[in-house]
Amino acid sequence: MRALPIAWAVDETVSGGADFSNDTWWLVVVKAVAIIVFLLVSVLLAIWFERKVVGRMQYRPGPNVHGPFGLFQSMADAMKLLFKEDVMVRAADRLVYVVAPMISVFCSLLVFAVIPFGGTLVPSVLFSGFPGIVEWFGDRSYPMQIADLNAGLLVVFAFGGVTVIGSMLAGWSSNNKFSMLGAIRSASQMVSYEVVMGLTVVGLILIYGSVDLGEIVRQQSGVLLGILPAWGIFYQPFGAVLFMVAAQAENRRIPFDLPEAESELISGYFTEYSAMKMGLFMFAEFIEIAIIAALFTTLFLGGYNLPYMSDAGFTLPGGHFIAMSHGAVVVTQLLVFLGKVFVLCSFQILVRWSLPRFRYDQLLRFAWKFMLPWALANLLVTVVAVWAIRGAGA
Amino acid sequence: MNRKPFQRRVYWNEPELNWWESFYLFEIIRGLSITGGVFLRNMGRWLTGRKGALTTYYPEETRADYAAHNRGKHILTQRPDGRPQCIACNMCATVCPAKCIEIEAGFDPEDAAHPKYASRFEIDYSRCVFCGFCVEACPEDAIRMVKVVPDLPGSDRGDMWFKRDELLSWMPQADVAKPYPPKAGGRDGGTP
Repeated sequence: MRALPIAWAVDETVSGGADFSNDTWWLVVVKAVAIIVFLLVSVLLAIWFERKVVGRMQYRPGPNVHGPFGLFQSMADAMKLLFKEDVMVRAADRLVYVVAPMISVFCSLLVFAVIPFGGTLVPSVLFSGFPGIVEWFGDRSYPMQIADLNAGLLVVFAFGGVTVIGSMLAGWSSNNKFSMLGAIRSASQMVSYEVVMGLTVVGLILIYGSVDLGEIVRQQSGVLLGILPAWGIFYQPFGAVLFMVAAQAENRRIPFDLPEAESELISGYFTEYSAMKMGLFMFAEFIEIAIIAALFTTLFLGGYNLPYMSDAGFTLPGGHFIAMSHGAVVVTQLLVFLGKVFVLCSFQILVRWSLPRFRYDQLLRFAWKFMLPWALANLLVTVVAVWAIRGAGA
Repeated sequence: MNRKPFQRRVYWNEPELNWWESFYLFEIIRGLSITGGVFLRNMGRWLTGRKGALTTYYPEETRADYAAHNRGKHILTQRPDGRPQCIACNMCATVCPAKCIEIEAGFDPEDAAHPKYASRFEIDYSRCVFCGFCVEACPEDAIRMVKVVPDLPGSDRGDMWFKRDELLSWMPQADVAKPYPPKAGGRDGGTP
């Protein structure tokens, strides 16, 4: 790893990075299944949470009949969606119509494969009291990430970009003019904001010199300007705001829900969908909320680490080092990651229930005439600053 | 092709934004803090055991702001001996615009003053419009409406038929319209 002049406190010995090649296939399967189950459950919980929070905001109690505090309400809704009649539109293109919601969910789930939700897990250290386990695992270590790809950020953008194909195909194949309009809107909106999102992240890639998400997180455990944690939000405060706005526009929820604007397009690109096919689109939407939160956490908020924290312990601004046991580090990292994602999800829910919807021309003008120039300006400033600090030609 | 160039119409109530408002970001933060503040206030109420919502849970809770003269459910008044005051004259059923009152008259030879009484008196609350015409039409002050609303929620529409014995829930100790208990020697136990 190349040491950077800005993030000077990165510990070289700690951030060695795990090797993807010693992951056995069953371990990948275990991690993938765990993540998918976790996502399914947390989507149900997120729907409940959102409805409950919105109830508070609007002087209502929210769901409160099924289970304690109405916790089983979204489970009941999912059950209902599963058992409803699955209406097949006769004029629809059958294959594309069936595949479209799958593409949406599949791509949303895939993005989570590269997001690190914890540092490196070393079982021989974690279970040092049990010789059998230590012997079984040897000196192997596992990154708490399904796929520790060195092109992680590119994968995120690749699959994030493919998500739009799901909604486009859905709108086109269901042979309905409202669906079609929703699909066209969805396509142009996603393409516009994808550009802005990419440009805001380019500045960050320049600073970290890597598109490996695990590497980006490890670099953020340093100290910036002697006191601040070296988080991306302190390198790129303006970029963080632009990224958050663009990401919410990508997610197509209010105030950017033009592709499904109920008052104009009935339900937009999934007007003709019913039962669990519609449920899958909603499901994808809620996973995307979690993705945005996880991505923002990873890129701008130091990922799974607390400020000044790395896999070994805390390195405080004065150079004082507090060591932590491996078990404590693993638990802290998982909890901190969940906590940050939770806070950011709550922020998105707050935005979704506070702001009115854009007009469509406003939406595109906002993307191309406001967001894009500012993202470019941000990038320009970043380039000049990085060039000046690292020294020209160095 | 000499089409007029498009001119955007300027409305009389066109909003004028200053630069602060048109920057949008600060106004967004203001909006978010309003909804967030409402959320925190209501959440605090729930957490401290109060109700942080304006909602009234309908069957479980009763709203406090019913008027004193609210036309809720019907009651059949009774004579001091507990028998209904109704003489089955069918005036209420005739005047009822929703035609939701059904009365069946019975014959009681033992009560010489009121040989005709209602052996069946049912109100279909799925059709009742709570207009109160039945109360005005009644010559005997036998049917009244009280402030309490009928307990209607259920899983069967048959449960919305209220039978005579459910309507005979009037148990006063004093009454504004009638001396109660009635004066001795009163012919029909109520009218002075």
